[in-house]
Amino acid sequence: MKARVHVMLKTGVLDPQGEAVRHALGSLGFDGVEGVRQGKVIELDLAEGTTEETVTQMCEKLLANTVIESYRVEME
Amino acid sequence: MHAAVIVFPGSNCDRDMAVAFRQAGARVTMVWHKDTALPDGVDVVGIPGGFSFGDYLRCGAIAANSPICRSVMAHAGRGGYVLGICNGFQVLTETGMLPGVLLRNAALKYVCRTVRMRVETADSAFTCGYAAGDEITIPVAHHDGNYFADSDTLKWLHDQDRVVFRYLDNPNGSVDDIAGIVSENRRVLGMMPHPERVVDPMHGGTDGASFFSGLAAALAHA
Repeated sequence: MKARVHVMLKTGVLDPQGEAVRHALGSLGFDGVEGVRQGKVIELDLAEGTTEETVTQMCEKLLANTVIESYRVEME
Repeated sequence: MHAAVIVFPGSNCDRDMAVAFRQAGARVTMVWHKDTALPDGVDVVGIPGGFSFGDYLRCGAIAANSPICRSVMAHAGRGGYVLGICNGFQVLTETGMLPGVLLRNAALKYVCRTVRMRVETADSAFTCGYAAGDEITIPVAHHDGNYFADSDTLKWLHDQDRVVFRYLDNPNGSVDDIAGIVSENRRVLGMMPHPERVVDPMHGGTDGASFFSGLAAALAHA
């Protein structure tokens, strides 16, 4: 089984990389991009029966820094 | 003073830190990240600069979960001294021993130069070799040194006089020009600039020497 973890900077935390991407899109002529936030996706191959709760613990302990990042777990 | 310097794969300021400790009269033991215990009688643990574990996931995140870090946290919990410089500061925030986080530099560029900074408080073993208000020149070299904390945390740091260094010419976008902070008991210090790189006239400056000699003097009286 697999799990997919989406990690994003929390609202209010400045994302300079996202801002740089937004500027680059604007300079390529893509108008109307009002904001870009850049995050990461982590795919986990898990033993059958691993619970979402366990994956949540992984996020809390390592995969996300909850001071600045939020996360969302998708179990497949 | 007995200092332990932690070595992770990717640390690259570990020997510089050891030299600076030794110059201040310390006995230094290098400790590998897979070790589970600190040597007996360690007064201060140094977490050096570099790129531990290649900065994978987040700077300092893997190192913060290494076996030795549990012992470092226990050492701090007993009131032991811990010094984290550059990547070491990132490790300390990742363990939660210090509040806040180091984000990517605001200009998205690696910054490698000397900066001017002000010693904000001499009330810590690490800064007692200076006077509050001293302006010193120290090198920085980092890509992720943009200190960030929420407004409650910043107020708390300010009210408790825990911001020990502030940039005069902020190189990375750090909130409130913060270059270094201490823990609530003032015994855990994290900073992005590298005092260990300016402890000998041959380094091109000696403004970091008082950092280590002050620490040695404070611990000798402790």
